[in-house]
Parts: sequence; structure tokens; C-alpha cells
Amino acid sequence: MGRAFLALLRRDLALALRAGGGAGLGVVFFLAVVVITPFAIGPDLALLARIGPAILWIGALLASLIGLDRLFAADAEDGSLDVMVMADLPLELIAGAKGLAHWIATGLPLVVAAPVLSLLLNLSPASIGALTLTLLVGTPAITFLGLVGAAFAAAFRRGGLLVAVLVMPLTIPVLIFAVAATGTALGGTVAFGTPFRVLLGLSLACIVLGPVAAAAALRATRG
Amino acid sequence: MRLAAEGLSCRRGARLLFEGLDVSVPAGHALVVTGPNGTGKSSLLRILAGLAAPEAGQVRLEGVEEPERVGGHAHYLGHLDAHKLALSAQENLAFWRDMLGRPGLSVDEAMEEVGLGGLGALPAAVLSAGQKRRLALARLLVADRPLWLLDEPTTALDRQAQASFSALARAHLETGGLMVAATHAPLDLTPSFELDLGAFRPRRPAALAPAEASF
Repeated sequence: MGRAFLALLRRDLALALRAGGGAGLGVVFFLAVVVITPFAIGPDLALLARIGPAILWIGALLASLIGLDRLFAADAEDGSLDVMVMADLPLELIAGAKGLAHWIATGLPLVVAAPVLSLLLNLSPASIGALTLTLLVGTPAITFLGLVGAAFAAAFRRGGLLVAVLVMPLTIPVLIFAVAATGTALGGTVAFGTPFRVLLGLSLACIVLGPVAAAAALRATRG
Repeated sequence: MRLAAEGLSCRRGARLLFEGLDVSVPAGHALVVTGPNGTGKSSLLRILAGLAAPEAGQVRLEGVEEPERVGGHAHYLGHLDAHKLALSAQENLAFWRDMLGRPGLSVDEAMEEVGLGGLGALPAAVLSAGQKRRLALARLLVADRPLWLLDEPTTALDRQAQASFSALARAHLETGGLMVAATHAPLDLTPSFELDLGAFRPRRPAALAPAEASF
């Protein structure tokens, strides 16, 4: 079973990293959002530093959703999903492996790119550290919540925007606690650990429940 | 080992495709499903594989643990080849070998067996339709599963590949395997039964058929 899980993880990573796989697209989109913001807001450095973490998080949230709509749809269209569900690996773990591969290919590069892009928004070193930590902990939550939308998108053609619309409301708690944790680095009455621990809890819950819900969605839509 | 299905009915939308279908395939035998287009050959295979739920009836594979879980012991080869075009032929096959478990032939042996020896490093995207089908057939060999459910297995295959597929299928049956194949092309399989799905069409239009059908 572990072998099948690793095989699926390896295959999805290979597909994401090959030409046309779309692994780099998330980072490029993230870059575009962050670069364009100072132009819209103007050269007020204090303002940028204050709202920078929120902008970076919104950018990361949108970038994480890129490519999710094809996660199961591509496998459904070429018949792979049919063969996959007949393997001994439970559908929950199939969804989990695909989610993990998607996070490594799309989410992790965002975490790595965030400190560099923070400089564009005049973030202080403490903010950059806090932001990177919250992204590392929070982006898996986004991806695994997105699995549910991805599973539904497999049943509908042109499910692209649908995934974003379905998933984004679910990510609000993650966004609130992640940005709150980053905000504590700028001074405030709450310690960094308080919202950060809630974020950790949310992330762990999403990692466990996301694949289960995605498997249920796949079963329901494929009947 | 025996594949047994009792009282199968299949509905697509408002149309009842077949009803009251019993299937029994003992080990070492093949069932060749024929019938005009739209009689439910593919639907029957998907039901047997557990990929679709029947309207009524049940499917079991007797002689294995958990006889209800037929899919775990079956290979399903549908109309779609289930290849990732960006991966090489070898990578595709190696993935399915690990994914499906119970390894059979090695990837190289299986490629050789279906006549794709030496083409393993090519991306699946550049293979011809027939070569893709051969690669899909190689999947049956890399994982050891007793029941083969094949939907038009010889589509796009040239005459020589069709003959070598028949040889592979016969070898599978000789080792006690089971097979259900839907096809229009004559398959040279022995021992085999034939099932004409056209004969299981409901007599009345499905929309009018009452629940207490006449049997």
C-alpha cells in the first residue's frame, strides 16, 4: 500500500514538473499579484508594510488554487482514475497522495518565494519570518481543502472557476488566523503563538478531513 | 474461482439497457460479450469492475477473500488507455505495476511481450494509437490479477498484434484466469462462452415498464 502511495506521489510530481505540468505557474502568478500591488496602492511604504502580509496571503491563496481543477479531472478524462480506484490503495489515500504531490509542486515553491517577494512590500525581518512560517503551515490547509473542489470538478466539464468559488469560502478561517499571526510581528496585544496554534490545528484537520471528503465526493459523483 | 453475477439490470438515464442478466464464468474460461451498439456492453463491464452500480443485482467473485470486492482482483481495460502522455511508456507501465500491486512480469518483459521492446523511453504522446493500445495491454501483464475485464481490447491493433493478444489471453486462461471481453471483432479464445446482450433488452420501452416486470 505504501508502495502504491509513493508511486502515485512520484508520478504526480513528475507530471507537475514536466513541461506543461504547471508547477511553476503558481509562483509566477504569486509574483504577478505581489508586484502589481505596490503600483495600485502607491509608494506609501508604511502602508505597504502594514498590509503586505495580507496581500501576500491573498496571492498565495489564489496561487494555491491554480491547477486544482485539473487534479482529478485529468485522471478522469484519460481513464486513469478508473484503473486507480481498482488498486488496493483506498480512495482516501489516493486523494491524499495527489494532494500532497500538488502541495509539493505548487504550495512549497510559494513558501520559498515568499521571503523574496516580501521585500517588494517593505516587510520587516520579523514579519517576513512570521509570514513564511504561516505560509508553510497554512498552504497545506488550502490545498487539502481544495481537494474537495477538485473532486467535484472531475465530474463537471469546465470546472475551473467552480473550484475557486467552492473552495474560497472554506479557506476564510485559515486566512484569518494566518494573517492574524503575521500581524502580531508588527506589535499587538496577542502573542504570535496563539493564532499560530489555531492555524496549525486547522491545517492538521484539513489534511485529515480533506482527502476523506474528496474521496466521498468522487464516489458520489462517479456512482 | 468463479465470477458470478445475478439478476443484473443496468439503467442509463431513463433507458433500461438490460435486465435479469445472469453471468457465470468459471476459472480458465472467457466470456465474450457481443451485441449491437448501445446494448450495454461497456456498462456491463463497468458494473462487473465495480466502477458503476447496477440498477439491480449483484456481482461476486467466488473463491477469494471479500468476494464482493471484485474490482480488487480485476484488471479493467476500457476504451481509454489510461496513459499519461507526458510520461514515457516505461514510466507509465512502472507506475501501474507499483500502483496495482501483486507484481507480474517486469516492465521490460511486458513491453517485449506486447511488441514494444526498445520503445520504452519514448513519451506515450508519440506512440501511435495501436502502440498505445499495446501499452495498455502490457498493463495486464505487469500486475497479477485473475480477472480481466476488457472493452474492445483489439481496437487499433494490427493483425499480428491481434494474434499475439489472443495468445496472451489464452495463456492467461490456461493458468486459471478469467476473462470477460466485449468485442465486435472475432476473438480466437478457447474455452469461451458467448453472451449476446441484444437478447437481454427489455421488451417494452423502459419508461413504460412497471417495476413488477414479467418474470
